[in-house]
Amino acid sequence: MHFDFLFQHIFELTITGLALGAIYALVALGYTMVYGILQLINFAHSEVFMFGTFAFAWVFVFIHGTTSASQGLGSTIGLLILALVAAMLTSAAVALLIERVAYRPLLKKDAPKLIALISAIGASFTLSELMGVRDKVAAWFGLEDNLSNYVSNARDIYANPVTINPKGLFTIGDYTVTDVDLVVIGAALAMMLALDIFVRRTRFGRGIRAVAQDPESALLMGVNSTRIIQITFLIGGLMAGAAAALYMLKIGTTRQNAGFILGVKAFTAAVLGGIGNLRGALLGGLLLGVVENWGSAVFGTQWKDVVAFVLLVLILLVRPSGLLGEALGKARA
Amino acid sequence: MLLEVEGLCVNYGHIEAIRNISFGVAEGEVTTLIGANGAGKTTTLKTISGLRKVREGKIVFDGKDITRLAPYDRVKLGISQSPEGRGCFPGMTVRENLDMGAYVRTDRKTPAYREDVERVFQLFPRLEERVNQTAGTMSGGEQQMLAIGRALMARPRLVLLDEPSMGLAPRLIQQIFTIISEINQQGTTVLLVEQNAAQALRRAHQAHVLETGEIVRSGTGEELSGDPSVRAAYLGGDV
Ligand SMILES: Nc1ncnc2c1ncn2[C@@H]1O[C@H](COP(=O)(O)OP(=O)(O)OP(=O)(O)O)[C@@H](O)[C@H]1O
Ligand SMILES: [Mg+2]
Repeated sequence: MHFDFLFQHIFELTITGLALGAIYALVALGYTMVYGILQLINFAHSEVFMFGTFAFAWVFVFIHGTTSASQGLGSTIGLLILALVAAMLTSAAVALLIERVAYRPLLKKDAPKLIALISAIGASFTLSELMGVRDKVAAWFGLEDNLSNYVSNARDIYANPVTINPKGLFTIGDYTVTDVDLVVIGAALAMMLALDIFVRRTRFGRGIRAVAQDPESALLMGVNSTRIIQITFLIGGLMAGAAAALYMLKIGTTRQNAGFILGVKAFTAAVLGGIGNLRGALLGGLLLGVVENWGSAVFGTQWKDVVAFVLLVLILLVRPSGLLGEALGKARA
Repeated sequence: MLLEVEGLCVNYGHIEAIRNISFGVAEGEVTTLIGANGAGKTTTLKTISGLRKVREGKIVFDGKDITRLAPYDRVKLGISQSPEGRGCFPGMTVRENLDMGAYVRTDRKTPAYREDVERVFQLFPRLEERVNQTAGTMSGGEQQMLAIGRALMARPRLVLLDEPSMGLAPRLIQQIFTIISEINQQGTTVLLVEQNAAQALRRAHQAHVLETGEIVRSGTGEELSGDPSVRAAYLGGDV
């Protein structure tokens, strides 16, 4: 165990942990919102994220090409915003597709939750594998050469696309905080603030809370719950797309199963914070990111995930409904 | 008739919860459905609001067939409901709950809207005192007031009240029935479901008795309060 290492690098570990945690939190929102209104874990949400990372990379490669040397954040800001928008729209579209194809037909028939879960797992594998055979799909249309920058080595890491050189801005302790750190944390917080205002202040936001708290009463108030469910998936998709963009900014590579482990982490963050609770997702995400970083400093990187899940188990033992979760059925969303 | 129910049948799986019931609700009146537990009263109201699937029969509101209409479109047409068990949104404040009642309205920023909130507060001064309390922390009686007030916020032409007196202290029950008459006199048509048959019949213009999913007796409130079999079954013989 290397506690000395932890204390030496506490600032670096905490700040990079917060950046990672902010990404977890954005993805966690999608899990927690869908759970809030449907009491369902949207297992396919990880693929919503994964498609966002590819959309981001593709736009980047399309405009920028793959050969150029790595760039600073400042000089590519326009391109990054464009790629961010593409990621958000793509993820939102995938989320809506999942709702339409994997959930709505089952909900209409009052299928048991377990069936919907299986359907979501199926959707998850389908989407992930689809991305894994994108070279074959391109070949069907004879486009594998034209699209080789986008579809080659479909199952390997999509390694070259986005290279951003972080620029140091200022120093805390012995860690130089970079522009990428700040953009990731700042953008994630801004998205979450916007969501919080949306849910609290707008008519659709009230509709979401109403369906979460009492679906039948919501219908009696004139809430169109199909529309509300759609909006919830849409928002979850937008947030996951933003997370995907920030992830690409930080990590720079993706692959067809990139959603899996991140999805599990984000879901853990949602449960940790109290599933169904938006602020809980934020808290759970940030906490998980930081503790994971600390843990890997103390025990070694290979223990990172163990630390994360031990934390989850410990917190659930003390607070079964998560940090900010209420007993189910009480104040939600 | 503002509302007409014709030959309505509703099933839960193979259980026939209501069988071929027909009745009307005249505009401007209070109509009541009484009956024992499990008779199908709640099912009838839920079906009118569009929450239960109609197997057979039809529902006509203001001359328009609404049998297959989505629940939210029925609210827009002017049917609102205070459900059995109140159904307040537990995590929302009193004010947010009232706002939810007006979800289909587009005039939230207008004086007319504020007047409607005022009117609810006049009927239930307790709600005004508690305007920022979350509904989940309110007493059962307070939640009942909130559920009724919320139903009125839709500016309904027809309000469906499912056991508004359930679980209330005797004095409060009296008060709730007085308020129901008041709501009616202010121009809202009321369809009232009650266990408290004596009070309901006294307030109602028209009344129907439901027994295991069928209407077995209909008449004016007065007629049914005088009917020996109704007295024996629902009024304990002492009106
Ligand atoms: N969701 C449901 N699933 C299956 N059966 C149901 C359901 N809801 C009601 N029932 C059945 O339908 C019948 C009518 O129920 P309903 O709730 O309409 O009665 P009620 O007249 O409102 O009774 P109470 O006075 O107890 O409220 C009952 O036999 C009940 O068991
Ligand atoms: Mg009932």
